[in-house]
Amino acid sequence: MMLPIISIKNFSKSFGGTKAVASLDLEVEKGELFGLIGPDGAGKTTTIRTLVTLISPDSGEIFVNNLDVKKDVRKIRSITGYMPQRFSLYPDLSVNQNLVFFANLFDVPKREIAERKKRLFQFSNLEPFAGRLAGQLSGGMKQKLALSCTLIHNPVVLILDEPTTGVDPVSRNEFWTILKELKKEGVTILVSTPYMDEAVKCDRVAIMHEGMVLARGKPETMTASFQNRIYKLAGQDLIKHINSIALIPGILSVQSFGDSLHLTLPDNQAKENIRGKIKNILGRSFQMEPVEPSLEDLFIALIEGKSRNGN
Amino acid sequence: METEIAVSASKLSRHFGAFKAVDEISFDVKKGEIFGFLGANGAGKTTAIKMLCGLLKPTEGEATVAGFSIRTGTAMIKKNIGYMSQKFSLYEDLTVKENIEFYGGIYGLSREEIANKTRLLLSELNLENMQNSLTRALPLGWKQRLALSASLLHDPPIIFLDEPTGGVDPISRRNFWRIIYEIANRGKTVFVTTHYMDEAEYCNRVSIMHRGKIIELGTPTGLKQKYDKTTMQDIFIHIIGQN
Repeated sequence: MMLPIISIKNFSKSFGGTKAVASLDLEVEKGELFGLIGPDGAGKTTTIRTLVTLISPDSGEIFVNNLDVKKDVRKIRSITGYMPQRFSLYPDLSVNQNLVFFANLFDVPKREIAERKKRLFQFSNLEPFAGRLAGQLSGGMKQKLALSCTLIHNPVVLILDEPTTGVDPVSRNEFWTILKELKKEGVTILVSTPYMDEAVKCDRVAIMHEGMVLARGKPETMTASFQNRIYKLAGQDLIKHINSIALIPGILSVQSFGDSLHLTLPDNQAKENIRGKIKNILGRSFQMEPVEPSLEDLFIALIEGKSRNGN
Repeated sequence: METEIAVSASKLSRHFGAFKAVDEISFDVKKGEIFGFLGANGAGKTTAIKMLCGLLKPTEGEATVAGFSIRTGTAMIKKNIGYMSQKFSLYEDLTVKENIEFYGGIYGLSREEIANKTRLLLSELNLENMQNSLTRALPLGWKQRLALSASLLHDPPIIFLDEPTGGVDPISRRNFWRIIYEIANRGKTVFVTTHYMDEAEYCNRVSIMHRGKIIELGTPTGLKQKYDKTTMQDIFIHIIGQN
């Protein structure tokens, strides 16, 4: 039977008494760009490390490209590219030397190295910096070099653990442009990220919490299924009043989104009543318009709902 | 009027050989302001912050922090600022309580003050049950709040936050910013760097640094009008992408 390229069934893992992942099921199809999101401690990194055979599962069936993570360790490592949260480049080797080093580590035939470097330079635009020491690159360039080193052995599955943390918005855009290019070439990508603007660029995402998946699907389908109404409040100094607004009965939650606020109301809640009460608090005019829920709205509602009910 | 300015830089520069990491930056941060110090990776933000905290001497120019010169008053500056970063914050192999006591000692509090502050802080952060756990056992969001509190133990008027929320999920980031607002409401000045542009929107004013220079400075609302954009993210990508 042909399994999806990543297939996780009933996977559990504990560290001491702490359950990191609990009966997780997850499938990623060949060629997909799949996002893992969730708060710190949700089990994302444990799942990723298990997929790349760095830790072994307590229980469950886990296959990458039909290879068993418990038995086919060497084979899985040769077909996956893995970029951990802190990727180790050699700061006192040049960009070029780092690429050659990783090529040798992954047994890339000598005669192919030049060709592969050329192709990776097309993605990364790092060719002008080939001679520069890795330690002297900017944060965004380091991440692109780390990604290039991860790709030097032409992996069919690319697994990235928060690759753009600490990277500025322009460099993040460039990084995701590269991921889209790789997807076009047929590489399957599993990526975890704390940035919701990155998560919406994925074909599908899974929202993890306390070792389980709370929701999964295409970002647009997931937000369309959101049951409550979201209103955007715009006006001056709204954030100062966020705590008072949150106390108004009938409001499920108030969150800051940049300089505006998002109110979550139940579907049946009369909006005019709420508007009046907010006006009393602010003492001046403001705008209140319905908006389509974003993935971030959904994320907050799911995780906060879980914390309220569960713990 | 001098007392109304918390941080002031005037043609502040730092060169490393021929490389101008910080190239004549000038700005004032008012007391009680939340000032966002934005820029691409490698723009020179960290070098600038190191100078403002008295850890690195400028090549040219001058700056004052809490009224003290960064050339001659670094000892006084260190007493008047708190510093927290995502990269260096707490000792993971000390317990929660030991970390607070350690920082209290570093900041020169008396034994009695340390004991009082520790009790107060553990209760404020709801960490009483965790006080004897190793700090590494805390979730990242909690660690960051503890680190922030530890950097405020000596009640400094100015606090520097260097990427305080890197890698943190959207809910923890919002909780963290509510605390930043409380700190600012108490009259403290907050000088913060971030790569999350939704956080830049929460600042009273922001500067955008690029290749050692400050190339834009203003309120988020003012900048949106100037560039005819709706978000700071769009503005940042527009400005930095063009240069």
